[in-house]
Amino acid sequence: MIEVKDLHKAFGTVKAVDGVGFTARDGEITGLLGPNGAGKTTTLRMLYTLMKPDRGQILVDGIDAAADPLAVRRQLGVLPDARGLYKRLSVRENIDYFARLQGLPEDELATRREALIKALEMEEIADRRTEGFSQGQRVKTAIARALIHDPRNVILDEPTNGLDVMATRALRQFMQKLKAEGRCVLFSSHIMQEVAALCDRIVVIAHGRVVADESPQALREQTGAANLEDAFVKIIGSEEGLAA
Amino acid sequence: MNTVAYKARRANAFLTVFLKEVRENLRDRRTLISALLTGPLLGPLIFVMLVKASLNRELEKAEQPLKVPVIGAEYAPNLVGALKAGGVVPQPGIGNPEQAVRKQDADVVVRISPDYPAAWRKGEPVQVEVLFDSSRSDTNTPVERVSKLVEGYARQQGAMRLVARGLSPGTAWPIAVARRDQATAQARGVLMFGMLPYFFIITMFMGGMYLAIDLTAGERERQSLEPLFANPVARWKILTGKLAAICAFSGVSLVISLVAFALVGRLVPTEKLGMELDLGVHFGSHVFLLMLPLLLLLAVLQSLVAAFAKSYREAQTYVSLLMFVPALPSLLLTFMPIKPQSWMYAVPVLGQHLGVMRLLRGDAVDMQQLATCVLGTLAAALLLLLVTMQLYRSERLAISS
Repeated sequence: MIEVKDLHKAFGTVKAVDGVGFTARDGEITGLLGPNGAGKTTTLRMLYTLMKPDRGQILVDGIDAAADPLAVRRQLGVLPDARGLYKRLSVRENIDYFARLQGLPEDELATRREALIKALEMEEIADRRTEGFSQGQRVKTAIARALIHDPRNVILDEPTNGLDVMATRALRQFMQKLKAEGRCVLFSSHIMQEVAALCDRIVVIAHGRVVADESPQALREQTGAANLEDAFVKIIGSEEGLAA
Repeated sequence: MNTVAYKARRANAFLTVFLKEVRENLRDRRTLISALLTGPLLGPLIFVMLVKASLNRELEKAEQPLKVPVIGAEYAPNLVGALKAGGVVPQPGIGNPEQAVRKQDADVVVRISPDYPAAWRKGEPVQVEVLFDSSRSDTNTPVERVSKLVEGYARQQGAMRLVARGLSPGTAWPIAVARRDQATAQARGVLMFGMLPYFFIITMFMGGMYLAIDLTAGERERQSLEPLFANPVARWKILTGKLAAICAFSGVSLVISLVAFALVGRLVPTEKLGMELDLGVHFGSHVFLLMLPLLLLLAVLQSLVAAFAKSYREAQTYVSLLMFVPALPSLLLTFMPIKPQSWMYAVPVLGQHLGVMRLLRGDAVDMQQLATCVLGTLAAALLLLLVTMQLYRSERLAISS
């Protein structure tokens, strides 16, 4: 479970995150929806302790991120906005590197790695060096290495960015699988259909603030709009930066 | 989850990072060529060519017949005969000797005045001019040869005149200067090898350069630094693992270079100039020891500079500029020889330079000098490491966009 309370982060005079708070529960998919530049990536970066919040608190499975960032990172599987691979290493070697940094014992490592390669349907490319991989192959590898240590909580920053239809479908199914395993899945997106299709809970962020935190159904009822698209536009106050 | 076992394994993060970096970079042709080929071998190669060229030139000039234009040769046939006996081949006089020397048409010109025969008969001193351009260092040898022949002839004739008057030649030369050169055979070679310490430093520099740039600028540009930092490993552990990989590569470069110099030392015909050059095991092992802390210092320095850069290309520019900094002590000491003080051994690069030069001269580097050099450089390296670790903690470092 990820609890976020009143987060603030400013870069110079720009308030990137200005009072964000929400809870992402186990066994649920929580979507962070907002236009480009709303503060989604900055919020997530504070969650996986790459950045320190100016104010506010983050609890992951009850551990305070400010007090013990290493313990928090142990509880998290992260697919950041930046998902660069080591191009001179193969898929397996890329995964193994992160597994060892997570401190996974060698025997467990091999079992987990092969299971993930199977689940993500990447057996054919597993021994190839990642140089020249397609966007979809790259995202799969990045997800595999992020989940190698079997984390309870999974953070995905715009996971379907740049993927084709087939890869997007496969990824959505994989996220449903993570949810079914009882994990807490938190992902960001600026694509409304995706959030609507996947999420148990939607946190809408605009201008660094949470403007709505509801189930998709409640969101529609609250705004009185017939479909989600109109509901979002009403909540955010403009159509800027959103994609259907 | 077995937390205890995880914790134990996580302590190996340093090793994990080190092994991954070594493996990845062993697959990079550019890094390999720079670390194992061009870096360590270019130095010895250039060195051999330079030494051979300059040695051959010196040797040729000392032995070969020397063509010298002589103006007014007909006035002093005996003097010209003495010059010929000394290996000079007199050439016909030229119209404007001053200009010929300045325009490098002639290395040296001898001019005998028309008054020569009359003055010689009266027993009066006559002037013989030797025209040359002292700013042309390559003419030093011929000028010296001609001057010595003329002076030798003059002294010989003077002695004969004294004897003819019944005097001992010794009356005219109350003091005889005896030059006793205290330079050992090895020390004479040192003048030529002043740049050797820099070759070693450049080699280490090039060996680790690409890894150092890759360390932050490269990882950031390829967007792999952010996921790396999402792992539950303290950043300083990642940093030290990468530094160790840089040191490993530059260390191997240094060893290859030392071995190459040891082999090449046998090819250089130093014995022809009466020099001894020992680049063998004793020399190599001591140089390695002196350079060891410098390995770390250079690795940290390169990483620090590269971390400031916004892109790989920018980092490459900065680090290349940095390459000239360690050249300064070697250059300064080559052109402005100063007496080494013991505190100088504590200054990074300068200490290594002095140490290597001592070894080249065949003087032993004593324990105190060795310790001062190693500890001084090590202290500087550790200080810089702390600064780099601090920089590594900054949020800005990982963000690529």
